[in-house]
Amino acid sequence: MSELKVTESNLEKVDEVIRISGQNIYSCYQCGKCTSGCPSAGLMDIVPSQAMKFLQLGEVEKVSESNTPWVCLSCFICSVRCPKGIDIAAIMEALRLMKLRTNFDYVHPNKIQEEEREILPPIAFVSAFRKMTP
Amino acid sequence: MAEKPRIGVFVCHCGLNIAGVVDVKRVAEEAKKLDGVVFSTTYVFMCSEPGQKVVENAIKEHKLNGVVIANCSPSLHEKTFRNAAARAGLNPYRVEIANIREQVSWPHEHEPEIATRKAIAVVRATVERVKNNMTYIPYEVPVTKAVLIIGGGIAGIQAALDVADAGYEVYLVEKSPTIGGKMLFLSETFPTLDCPQCIETPKMTDVSQHPNIHLMTYSEVESVEGYLGNFNVKIKRKASYVDFDKCTGCTDCLRVCPVKAPNEFDRGLTKRGAIYMANEQAVPLVAVVDEKYCIEVNFQKRVKAGKVKPREKPVCSKCVEVCEADAINLLESNEKIVEVKVGAIIVATGFELMDMKKLPEYGGGEVPDVIDALAFERLLAPSGPTAGVPKRPSDGKIPKSVVFVSCAGSRDPEHGVAYCSRVCCMYLAKQAMLYKHAVPDGRAYNFYIDIRSNGKGYEEFVQRVREEGDLIYLRGKVSKIFRKGDKVVVWGADTLTGQKVEIETDLVVLATAMVPPPEIKKLAAKLRIPTDEYGWLSEAHLKLRPLETVTAGIFIAGAAQFPKDITDTVSQASGAAAKVLTMFSQPKLKREPIVAEVDTEICAGCGLCKEQCAYDAIRIDEKKNISVVNEALCEGCGACAAVCPSGAMRLRNLTKKQVIEMIEVLTENY
Amino acid sequence: MSTKIPYYPGCTLKSTAKNFEDTAKLVASKFDIEFEELAKWICCGAVYGLSSDNVMHKVAPVRNMLRVKKAGGERMVVLCSMCYNTLKRANLYVRKNKDKLDVINAIMYLENATYDGSVKVQHFLEILRDEVGYSNIKKEVKKPLKGLNVAAYYGCLLLRPKEVAIDNVESPTVMEDIVKLLGAKVVNLPVKTECCGSYQTVSQKDIIADRTYLILNTAREMGADVLITSCPLCHFNLDRRQDIAKERHHDFEFMPILYFTQLMALAFGFEEEKLGFEPHFVDPRPALKERGLL
Repeated sequence: MSELKVTESNLEKVDEVIRISGQNIYSCYQCGKCTSGCPSAGLMDIVPSQAMKFLQLGEVEKVSESNTPWVCLSCFICSVRCPKGIDIAAIMEALRLMKLRTNFDYVHPNKIQEEEREILPPIAFVSAFRKMTP
Repeated sequence: MAEKPRIGVFVCHCGLNIAGVVDVKRVAEEAKKLDGVVFSTTYVFMCSEPGQKVVENAIKEHKLNGVVIANCSPSLHEKTFRNAAARAGLNPYRVEIANIREQVSWPHEHEPEIATRKAIAVVRATVERVKNNMTYIPYEVPVTKAVLIIGGGIAGIQAALDVADAGYEVYLVEKSPTIGGKMLFLSETFPTLDCPQCIETPKMTDVSQHPNIHLMTYSEVESVEGYLGNFNVKIKRKASYVDFDKCTGCTDCLRVCPVKAPNEFDRGLTKRGAIYMANEQAVPLVAVVDEKYCIEVNFQKRVKAGKVKPREKPVCSKCVEVCEADAINLLESNEKIVEVKVGAIIVATGFELMDMKKLPEYGGGEVPDVIDALAFERLLAPSGPTAGVPKRPSDGKIPKSVVFVSCAGSRDPEHGVAYCSRVCCMYLAKQAMLYKHAVPDGRAYNFYIDIRSNGKGYEEFVQRVREEGDLIYLRGKVSKIFRKGDKVVVWGADTLTGQKVEIETDLVVLATAMVPPPEIKKLAAKLRIPTDEYGWLSEAHLKLRPLETVTAGIFIAGAAQFPKDITDTVSQASGAAAKVLTMFSQPKLKREPIVAEVDTEICAGCGLCKEQCAYDAIRIDEKKNISVVNEALCEGCGACAAVCPSGAMRLRNLTKKQVIEMIEVLTENY
Repeated sequence: MSTKIPYYPGCTLKSTAKNFEDTAKLVASKFDIEFEELAKWICCGAVYGLSSDNVMHKVAPVRNMLRVKKAGGERMVVLCSMCYNTLKRANLYVRKNKDKLDVINAIMYLENATYDGSVKVQHFLEILRDEVGYSNIKKEVKKPLKGLNVAAYYGCLLLRPKEVAIDNVESPTVMEDIVKLLGAKVVNLPVKTECCGSYQTVSQKDIIADRTYLILNTAREMGADVLITSCPLCHFNLDRRQDIAKERHHDFEFMPILYFTQLMALAFGFEEEKLGFEPHFVDPRPALKERGLL
C-alpha cells in the first residue's frame, strides 16, 4: 500500500484528462452510482467512483495503469445515470487515449486466434481496434 | 431636495469582506471631493452599535440632509441605517445604500483596482440619487385581527393554536378531509420515537375545540384580494355531500359503499369507498364523498349534463339509506364559497414525495414491492393496514429483508432535484429500527451517500441504530432495481470497500425526494408570492426574514418553504405565529411609503402600468382617464414606472431623473 | 407508390448480419418502403469518438451523411445499432459545433461539397413506429406468433446517451410493442438495457460470456423462448458466446437470438428460406417448429 500524496504536479496531470474528455471531474461528489451500475465493476482494479476520486486527487497514473479503462465497455450506463451529468465513459476514453497516444496496443491482430478471426464479425474488429489501438 | 445638499458618505470595511478587496479609504476620500458631500468616513463594521453611532453623530454634527452607506446589500441593512437616521432626526428615506459588497468586492475579489474604481463609481451614483431623495412618512393602515392559515399539517396546527391562544381569530383551511398532514402518516418520529397519536392528535383535538379557530377542512383558497392587514379571502368548501354538522362519525356508511378507490392515507396500499373518512383519528371525525368515485354523484352529473335521463330511484344510495343522522345528500352538491376578512396569512402547505414514475431505473413505480417511505411508515404504524408488522404489497408476506435506498431523486440535478431532502437519513434509520423490532429475524440494508444527522439527538440516534446492528450501511447510490421472481434485485455499491453489491431482497423502500405539492404554483399566484426554481415558496430573505414573503402580511411555515423535519417545522410555525401576533399587537400598521405615484397631469390612462402590476395595485379612473395607485397594495417594485411611455408613473426616490443621473455618473468614462 | 429511403448498411450488414438486412428489406417491402442503398458508403467507425481534442474519428460518419446529401437525400435509415449511434452522435456534434464542422468539411475537400448537419439519421425501429405505425404493422401479420415468448433486448446504443435515444432511456418499449402486434407474448426483461460486453469480444471473451449468461439467464427465468435484438454485435455476442457461457455457468441453457426483423418477416408470412436462420449458432428453428411457427 502506498501513501497518497496530493501534489501540485500531480494535480496538473489531471488537466490533460479534463482536456481530452471535456468533462469536469471535480463535479463528482462520490455518490457511487457509476460503480453500482457498471457491468465491469467486478473486474476493475479501481471501480469508476474510485477512479473519479483518484483523478480529483491527481493520481492519474494510478488509474491509467490499472485495468479499469481497458475493461470498460463504453456502455454509457454510468454517463446516463450520473446525477451530475458527468460522461464517465468519456473520461475512461481519455485515459485510454493518453496511453494509446504513446503508440501502445492493448489488442493486437496477431494475438487473436485463427478460429476467432474466422467467426468474429467486422464490427467487432473495427470497434475493438478503434477503442484499444492507437 | 430643495435645500442645499449636505450629504455624508459612510464606507464600511465589513471586516475584510469589502476592505480585503476595495481600498475603502480611497473610496471615502474620493467621495469627499464630490459636490454636495460634506462628510465621509470609513468604519470596520458600520452595522455594529458603534458604527451606527458614527452615522448618527455625523448626521447631527454636520447637519446632514442625505446619507449614503457604502456596504452590503440593502436587503440586509437598509432598515438598520434608516432607523439610525431616524434616531438622529433625519427622515429615514434620505438614506440610501451603495452596495459595494455583493456587487463589488465579492464578484471582483481578484481585481482590487477595478473593484475600488467600481466602488467609487457606485458611491458617486448613489450620492447623485440621494440629492434628489424626498422626505416621506410611512402610511398607516388598519388591521383586521384575524389570520388565515392555509394547510392543516403540523405547521398549520401549531401556528393556529399559537395565534388562537393569544386571543385572535383563526381560519384554518385544509384541502383534505382531516387536519394532521403528513405527520399523521408516520409510525413514530425520530429521534424520540414519539408516535403521532401521542403528540399530534391531542393538538388536532385542541384545534377542533378551540373557540377562536374556524376549522375548514375539505376546503381550498379560491381567491385572495386586498393587502397587509386587510385581506379578503374567498374559500371554497368542496362538495362533500355530507353535512358535517350532522355527521356523527359512526362509520356505518363506510361499510356499505360498494366503490373501491385507492386509500390516500395508506399511500394506495389499501382501498377505501367513495364515501370515506381520512382515518380513524380524523379531525373533524366526519365522512366525505369523493366526487370522482361516487356512482350516484356521477350519475346525477350526467343527468344534469343531459347525457342520461333521470331515474325515479337512485342508482346507488346505500350510504344514504344507512345514515341515521340523515347527513348525506348525493343529489345536490354542497359546494359553497365562504368569504372571510383577515389581516395576515400563513401559508403552510407542506410537501409531497416525488412520484416513483420519475425514477425508471428504480422500477418507475411498476414493481409492487418497491414502495416509498411514507408507504413504509404506514406498514410500520400500529394503526396502519398491517398493524405495525410490515407485509409486502405483492403477496402479503412479511419481508425478511428490506433494502432502504437513500437519495432517490434527491441530490440529482440531472434527473431529480439538486437539493438534499434533509430528513431521509434520519427516518430510514428509524424505519430500520422499527422494522427490526417488528421482524427480529429480518435484515435491513441502507444504501446511502452521506449520513446527515444534524439535529439535536440525531447523530446519537444514528449511532444507536448502528451499534444495535439494526441496519447494515452500504455507502453508494443504487443504480438499478428490478423484479426477479418473487424477489427484488438491487444493484448498488459500497464505495468504501470499492465493491459493487447485488442484493436480492423482499422489499425495497425508496427515500424519494421531498418536492412541493403540484398545486402550490396556482396558490402562490393567487397570493402573489414567488416560488423558487423548484416550486418551494420563496422567503423574503433566507437568513434574516425566513418566515416572511416579499408580500407584506403573508408568512410561510414548515416544509412549504423547503424540506424540514417536525422540530424545525413546529419552530417555524410558532415563529410565523409570532410574526402575526407582532402585527396584531399594533393598533395600526405602517406601510413603506416608497411606492409608485402618478403625475396626473401627464398620465393618459393607457393602462400599460396596470397590465404590468403583479400586485393588482393599479386601477384606471375611467372618468379622469388616469391611473390610480393603491398605495396599500403597491410593493414598490417599479415595474409600472419602467413601462410607462410618458413618464407619468414614477417610483418615489427612484424617479426617472434619479435613474438617468445615476447612469450618467456610472457611464461617464465609457 | 413506394417510398425510397436512403439506406446506410454498414460493414456487418453485408457479412455476418446479411440475414438482418435481408429480413429488414422484406419487412419494409410490405409497407412499400424501398431501402435505397447509398452508392458510396464507407465504414462509420463503429464507435463514436469520445475525445474532445480530435475530430478525425468524426470524419467518416460525417462523410456518409454528406454523401446522402450529395445524392439529394434528406435522411438515412440505419439498421445496425452501433452505426446508428455513431452516425447520429456525429451528426449532433457537428450541428452543435459549427467550428468543428468547418474543420471536417475542410478535411473532406475532395467531396466538392460541404455538409451542414441537415441529414436526419433514423433507426428502422423509429420508422416502423413513427411512420409506418402500429396499426399498419398489425394488418400485415399473416401468421400470428402464438405461443412464442419473446424477450426484447436493446443493449446500449439505441438508448444512450439520452440525446440519441430512440425511446425511453431506462424503460424502452418499442420492440415489445411490435412483438405484441405479431401475436407473440412479451416477456419483460429487466436487463434489456444492459451491455452485452461489446467490443471486448475480441480480446476478453469471458466478459462477454458472463454478460450473455446474465442477460439470457434472466430472460430464461422470466419465461422467454427467444430473444430479439437490433445490433449485429449484440447478436454475435449473445448468440456465438453461448458456448463459453455454458462452460463458465453450468445452469446456463441455450437460447435462440433473432433480429427483430426476422421475427416480423416470419409473422408476415415469408417463407422459412428467406429468414436466414442458417448462420445462427443457436438454431432458432427447433424452438419455432415446436410452436408450429415453421
